[in-house]
This record gives sequence, structure tokens and C-alpha cells, in this order.
Amino acid sequence: MAKSQVAMKVNGKAVEALVEPRTLLIHFLREQLSLTGPHIGCDTSHCGACTVDLDGKSVKSCTVFAVQANGADIITIEGMAAADGTLHALQEGFREMHGLQCGFCTPGMITRAYRLLQENANPTEEEIRFGISGNLCRCTGYQNIVKAIQYAAAKLQGKTFQEAAE
Amino acid sequence: MHRTLLLQCTVRQSFLTQDREARVIPGSFDYHRPKSIKEAVALLADLGEEARPLAGGHSLIPMMKLRLATPEHLVDLAGVADLKGIRADGGDIVIGAMTTQHELIGSDLIKSKIPILREAALVIADPQVRYVGTLGGNVANGDPGNDMPALMMCLGATYQLTGKTGDRKVAAREFYQGTYVTALKQGEIVTAIRIPAPPAGHGYAYEKLKRKIGDYATAAAAVILKISGGKVAECSIGLTNVGDTPLWADKAAKMLVGSALDAATVKKAVAAAEAITSPASDNRGPAQYRTKMAGVMLTRALARAKSRAK
Repeated sequence: MAKSQVAMKVNGKAVEALVEPRTLLIHFLREQLSLTGPHIGCDTSHCGACTVDLDGKSVKSCTVFAVQANGADIITIEGMAAADGTLHALQEGFREMHGLQCGFCTPGMITRAYRLLQENANPTEEEIRFGISGNLCRCTGYQNIVKAIQYAAAKLQGKTFQEAAE
Repeated sequence: MHRTLLLQCTVRQSFLTQDREARVIPGSFDYHRPKSIKEAVALLADLGEEARPLAGGHSLIPMMKLRLATPEHLVDLAGVADLKGIRADGGDIVIGAMTTQHELIGSDLIKSKIPILREAALVIADPQVRYVGTLGGNVANGDPGNDMPALMMCLGATYQLTGKTGDRKVAAREFYQGTYVTALKQGEIVTAIRIPAPPAGHGYAYEKLKRKIGDYATAAAAVILKISGGKVAECSIGLTNVGDTPLWADKAAKMLVGSALDAATVKKAVAAAEAITSPASDNRGPAQYRTKMAGVMLTRALARAKSRAK
């Protein structure tokens, strides 16, 4: 089976490579590009740990072939912080609001939340929960993940996040 | 064990018990990315039985990881611009087969003309899958667990099928022959879905019972109805994942026409709908339970459709 040439933009950098058509995008990112931020969780498109942004869509990179991403613009968790290391508002939000415990789901949560906020800059709590329903977390119970996304949404709009009284 | 059930269980759960390393890498294949429908169907015809069309891939790729599907050639339809788009054509809405669930959800035309389609798309899988999963893939796969087929039967949709020798049209109500068995012939693909827009002021609801986000339905019901002068003038009912194929409950719907959806008539119609189901017993519940849940989903869908009808 012939290998295919693929070219794509990953975190702003142009990359080219030869891949077997059956190579999954998650394996291409992790093994050929050494971008180990996107995680392999369930391998069955359930858990969302492998979520990356592909041409403005959140996708589970365990269920996309690298050849399907030929010509695409991809953002992984490695592409979220600024070049000088300043964290993205979402990364800051997850730190400030304790949005992670073990951290395994976090790269997927953040890349998914990034697209959610691009589409809906000021989501309600319900919209956040619906928007991240393809990402599983087995530690936090989601409460602080929702807060972290609310924190980021507020910050990106130049506001200060006010936690609702419990 | 029903084949659907077997495949759904296998695809969705078997990773827990199988050797993960051996079961997550698909077999080798050659990749093709045609730019036109003509090129795509010519490739599929020439490559023969070992070729499969690839739409969103969220049914096919999991099957390939399990080696339940081992195509030697994948013909990716993502580069075919003519398979995209949603347009009005007279009283119909025509949707390109590669239109994603996410695009359906975001379409103002769908929201205003066929709101039940948006409602159903929102309960399919999860956000990531909806960005990639297509209407054409969902209806063509022949999995009775998919949500769109029963809805297409309910709406009276027609599929345009295209092969090397040309186009033909098949009604959704005649397309499904068995689990993963459809009217599609070797080398044909679904290229467009034509849906007659329901009448203005119609009531609608898609009610789906599922265990969790991302799950197939334990049972689901689609209802479209038109009420005039307090009585049901038109009614159509589709049922998801309670048989070898999606089901169109035409007898049940006819029993409701002329009624005011009073409790006694609804009860009779729901019993008639339950009678055509033949679900498998699986980890979504025993067959009897799933039949009852189809009835419950239908009862709820009828009530909600009635409340929405003008």
C-alpha cells in the first residue's frame, strides 16, 4: 500500500510528511510530530482526550486519518500559549479554578473549550456543559472545569469572573 | 443476537475486554480523494467490492479499528464540493449527502422549515462527532441505531443514489431492507437527500431515550403532525433502534388522524406502534422494556408535537 504525502499547518507551522493512509491523526501528531499533548484515552471516539481543532472544528483525532487532514489547519494544546509562554485564558482558567486533578483530559477539554468560545463567546453554564459533553473527566466532577471555562470567557471579554454564590 | 446489536456492542464496548494494542489500528488500505461525484462513482465501480466510500468516518473508522471492516480502498468524499450544501427547491429542502450534523444544526433554513431535523441532530453523538458526521453517512449506513433514518421515513424523504451509470431516486420508506442492508447497490453512493418541508404550523418532536451522551437510542420516536380545527389532519411517525431497520409506524399514525389526541386514541395508537417493534435484548435493556420505551417516547413526542402545532 502506497504511502501518501501530507502537508498541513500544525500550531501555525507548516509540516510535511509521508504517512501510511491508515495512520490515525492522533498517532501522526504524537509519534511523527512529537506533539504528545493530545492524549489517547479510549481510542473509540468516546472520551475526547484526543480532541484537536481542525479547520475550525473540534475533532477526535483518534477517529480521523492523517490523510484526511491533508491541507488542514490544526491546533493542539501545544499551540494555545503565546510564544513568550503567556498562558491562554483557558489555561489560566483551568489553573485558577482548579479545573484539573490528574490532568489527563485537560488538553482535550481546553482545545474543545477553545472552539466553543470561538463560536459562543459568552455561553451559559448549560451551554458549556452541552458543549463539552464529548469530553469525559473522571476526577473533577466537571464543576471546576465549567468554572474554568467561565473564567476564560470572562477574561477574553475583558471582564472579571464572578463565581456564582453556592 | 441481532447483527446490529452485535456490532453496536462490539464497536462501542469491546475495547474493555480485548487486546487493545491489536485492536485499534485499522488494516492497510489505499486512499483516494476524488474531486467530483463522477470521479468518485467511477473509482468505486472500478475498484469493486473491496472499496468503500468514506464520509465522516465515525461509523466506518471504528469498524476498521476492530477489523470488522477491512476495505482495501477508501474513497474519501470530503473533497467533492457537489455533495455539500442545503438549499430550498420549491416546497422541498435538498441537502447534500456530505452536509454535517453541525451544519444542519447551524442552518437557518433547516431551523425554519424542518426544525425536527435540528432537534434530532442535536441528540446525535457529541459535539466533536457532529462536526464530522454527515447526514448522508448516517442515512446510508443502514444501522437502525442511527437517528436520521427513522426521521427521514417520518418526513417522507427521498434519497438520490448515484452510480457509474446514472442517478435514481429511492424513498426513505423503501430504502431499508435489513440491518446494514439497504437499496444501495455496489458502487452507488447517496448524493442528496430531498425532504418535502412539512406544512406551516406543523407540530413536531424527536424524543430519544439514551443512557448517556454519545449512546445510540434505547428507543426513539419522531412525530410530525398537523392540527386543524382541534383535530389531527396529518400525522407521521418514525421509530429508531427498535427493529432490524428503522420503522415507519403508518398504521399508528392513521389511527390518530381525525382525533383530538385524546388519551384513549393515543393509547391505542401507541399500542399499534409498539406492535411493529422487534428490538433486541441488550445492555440498553430487555426487548420488552425497549418496546415499552418506544411507546413512552412516542407518547411524549405526540404531546410535545401537539403543544407546538399551530
